Amino acid sequence: MHIIGKGITRKDSLEKVTGHAKYTADFEIKGMLHARTVISPFGHALIKQLDLTEAQRIPGVRAIVTGDHLPLTGEELRDRPPIAVDRVRFNGEVVAIVVADTPYLAMRGVEAIKVQYEQLPVVNSPSEALKPDAPLLHPNMGQYEKIQGVYPEPGTNIATRTKIRKGDRTKGWAESEVVVEEKFAFRTSDHAAMETRCSIAQIHPGGTIEITSSSQAPFMIKKLIGQYFGIQPGTIKVNTPLVGGAYGGKASVQLEILAYLATRAVGGRIVKMMNTREEDMLTSPGHIGLEAQVKLGCTKEGTLKVAELLYLWDGGAYSDKSIDLSRAGAVDCTGPYNIENIWCDSLCMYTNHPYAAPFRGFSHSEVHFAFERTMDVLAKKLNMDPLELRYKNAILPGHTTPTQFRLNASTVGNVPKCIEKLKELMNWQEGQVTNLGQHKVRAKGIACTWKTSTIDPNASSGVILTYNPDGSINLISGVVEIGTGTKTVLAQILAEQLKMDIKDIHVQMHVDTVNTPEHWKTVASRGVYMAGRAVLAAAEDVISQLKSLASFILRAPIEDVEVGYGKVFLRGEPSKSIPIKDIAYGYTFPNGNSIGGQIIGRGHYMMPGITYLDKETGAGKPGPEWEVAAQGVEIELDTREYRYRILRAVTVVDVGKVLNEKTLTGQVKGAMSMGLSFAARETFYFDSLGTILNPQLRTYRPIRFGEHPKYEVAFVETPHVEAPFGARGAGEHGLLGMPAALGNSLSAALSAEVNYLPLIPELLWKIKGGER
Amino acid sequence: MAASPPQKINVSLDVNGETRNVAIRPADTLLFILREYLGLTGAKPGCLNGDCGACSVMVDHTVYKSCIMLAVEAVGSKVTTIEGLKDSPIQHAFIENFAFQCGYCTPGFIMNCHALLKNHPQPTYEVIKEWLSSNICRCTCYEEIQEAVMSVIEKRE
Ligand code: FES
Ligand code: FES
Repeated sequence: MHIIGKGITRKDSLEKVTGHAKYTADFEIKGMLHARTVISPFGHALIKQLDLTEAQRIPGVRAIVTGDHLPLTGEELRDRPPIAVDRVRFNGEVVAIVVADTPYLAMRGVEAIKVQYEQLPVVNSPSEALKPDAPLLHPNMGQYEKIQGVYPEPGTNIATRTKIRKGDRTKGWAESEVVVEEKFAFRTSDHAAMETRCSIAQIHPGGTIEITSSSQAPFMIKKLIGQYFGIQPGTIKVNTPLVGGAYGGKASVQLEILAYLATRAVGGRIVKMMNTREEDMLTSPGHIGLEAQVKLGCTKEGTLKVAELLYLWDGGAYSDKSIDLSRAGAVDCTGPYNIENIWCDSLCMYTNHPYAAPFRGFSHSEVHFAFERTMDVLAKKLNMDPLELRYKNAILPGHTTPTQFRLNASTVGNVPKCIEKLKELMNWQEGQVTNLGQHKVRAKGIACTWKTSTIDPNASSGVILTYNPDGSINLISGVVEIGTGTKTVLAQILAEQLKMDIKDIHVQMHVDTVNTPEHWKTVASRGVYMAGRAVLAAAEDVISQLKSLASFILRAPIEDVEVGYGKVFLRGEPSKSIPIKDIAYGYTFPNGNSIGGQIIGRGHYMMPGITYLDKETGAGKPGPEWEVAAQGVEIELDTREYRYRILRAVTVVDVGKVLNEKTLTGQVKGAMSMGLSFAARETFYFDSLGTILNPQLRTYRPIRFGEHPKYEVAFVETPHVEAPFGARGAGEHGLLGMPAALGNSLSAALSAEVNYLPLIPELLWKIKGGER
Repeated sequence: MAASPPQKINVSLDVNGETRNVAIRPADTLLFILREYLGLTGAKPGCLNGDCGACSVMVDHTVYKSCIMLAVEAVGSKVTTIEGLKDSPIQHAFIENFAFQCGYCTPGFIMNCHALLKNHPQPTYEVIKEWLSSNICRCTCYEEIQEAVMSVIEKRE
């Protein structure tokens, strides 16, 4: 292998350090209009009056769009009016859009619109939503259109329920000698990508709708806007330039719909809509919240026998992606352990909170926080080393997942090996808690994780390769470059396969749904797997075209020719060769006769064997493989002030195969940091009216420079045979165990169960009885 | 509310060594003018509230958040944006140390690091932290950014 595994410099480097990299908001043309939104200040209210007259009189205000006569939207269940009609269900919900000549005038229009609200009782948590007398957020739930696998329960606030029924829980409880039960909760929060979402829309005279958007899912925008408004998908064109951080949040289709409505209201003129930070946090979908109950039973020796789980997801006011999120939380409802009897109910609940988008890890860091914390509680009760307990129960090839899929050495990573390596890196033998004196304690916490991706069974990824006359190649894939460096890795895969210099591969960074083949969505850490397979297929296509042309010119059978190093040559006699550049655009004989043409390679990939889940038991194969990791955190806590420092964070992850060591390590570290930030400090604070008190980066404070711990990353390589070079997904796994590991370290340091997030000093003080 | 058209004034700004004449509203921020009028989109909007540093530029010798500075305040000063940095050591160091992922925070961070290194050729960790904690990188390359800064310092020695 000449290039796989190496820390190849990113293909987008120079653009990014010179300020020339273009993100959606950087596109500005003369005559462009700007749109701003009026949003609800309350969590739940009736709109009694909407007075537009003053705003309409402002010169330069071109249109005001309200919610009348619009179709309902929603990815799995159509429950969301794009603009509220009669009632608002969350703080931040759009009530009207103002389109004007400048952002400033649009804002003046927004301020001139008068809305009268009548407040309604607020559902402020999923457990409140479940109460029999809770206000119903969607009384018409029974009439909403839905797709396969969605099971709303009309007359309640349950948007869907996923059931996992594996084995026999009665038997499991009968066999259990030690039992623990714990409860967990955390509120919704935000992705806080540095680039706020932005969409630009116009309708061309011929009817083509063109949308440019900061999105992880340009092909989904095309599909959903087509479905919602009854438009042929072929007449919708979506462009996505570079994206300034996404983390799942830009996989939802939301602002694009508003931008389309805005351009429609001004006769198709081009309109730009850029979220302010506040709108990005409130109006656009955020990070889901959870309330969980975990009950575990095991033998005296610590062999897990049964898990009984209730997950109540805080999906917010509309179900959009939270239905899928609640399903994914059921698919991997336990940690990576062999448990024969599992009973899980995972409910997507409506509340008066902003609704949810996918968040890096897709429900897994959330579920793992609850499950892996409970594992520590169980270890304590057993008087057993928590790492030992996990080692003993680690899931292995031959075992089955909660969805009853039987694993083999390819479809699951090596959990014991990850644990062994973690043990070493964490210096685990020295003990979990060290008292440093003077009110200072050092403590370690660990967690094991796994994840498969629950993506559509027919999700497709395509790649096109075109040659340039110099023999270099253009690589065109629908993967969006959201920062993961995936397109650089795709270039490495191609360079490896064609045995060529990576400098001669030109990667198209932007995506345009007209000339870029579809890649379902850039989510779920599947870019390298799916697009990588498509690259391999396209490379094969190119190779066979080169060979057939060259065999004719070199006068040798096709089986005897090889491609590599910029040439096509005879295997037995490599000096007999023809440079690729001489045939990449066809071949010209000395007398001028020519044959062939520009060589164009194509490849696509769909994951085989993925199934829907059974409604009653959850049985099925939701994803291609389960990637696993073991993670740890070490903290130093002041037991008087309850302040703590995270000293280091360690991840050992089975990535199948390291493709680009530098970008991979960066991805894992970035994910760890995001997990720690989520666990330690991030949450929305709601008041009793459902209003969010901290929708800006001054009061919602992600980790900053200098607050980062030391990160350590190590890899295990157990190949996933279907993936290019055996590589498993990589973008999310650093995050999954961080909240649990941090919670476990603090619980150990305090000798108390810390079951809520975020883990701020005030919470620790309260848990230790500070309020009494 | 009276809907009077906004009054504009003509100003002359020195940006990246060029004199640029623009008609602006007195209330326009430097970030807005750079991006919308001068076509310099390297400085990014992240919060428009002084919280994230994505919009950082240099004004004379120090770094400013251009979202909370009025364009009129920059009259008479030399403004340097990321587009004005050519081949600077810190830009190379960012590439070599993989100090970005999505790249959205990168222009702001580079301007901040650049100004830091100009003002403090041999900064202590505390000084680095004080300067760089005003910017947010959500993809979180803080370690790599620190390595990039250190590598520039080491090469100087
Ligand atoms: S945009 Fe200026 S500090 Fe955030
Ligand atoms: S590289 Fe994405 S925010 Fe810094």
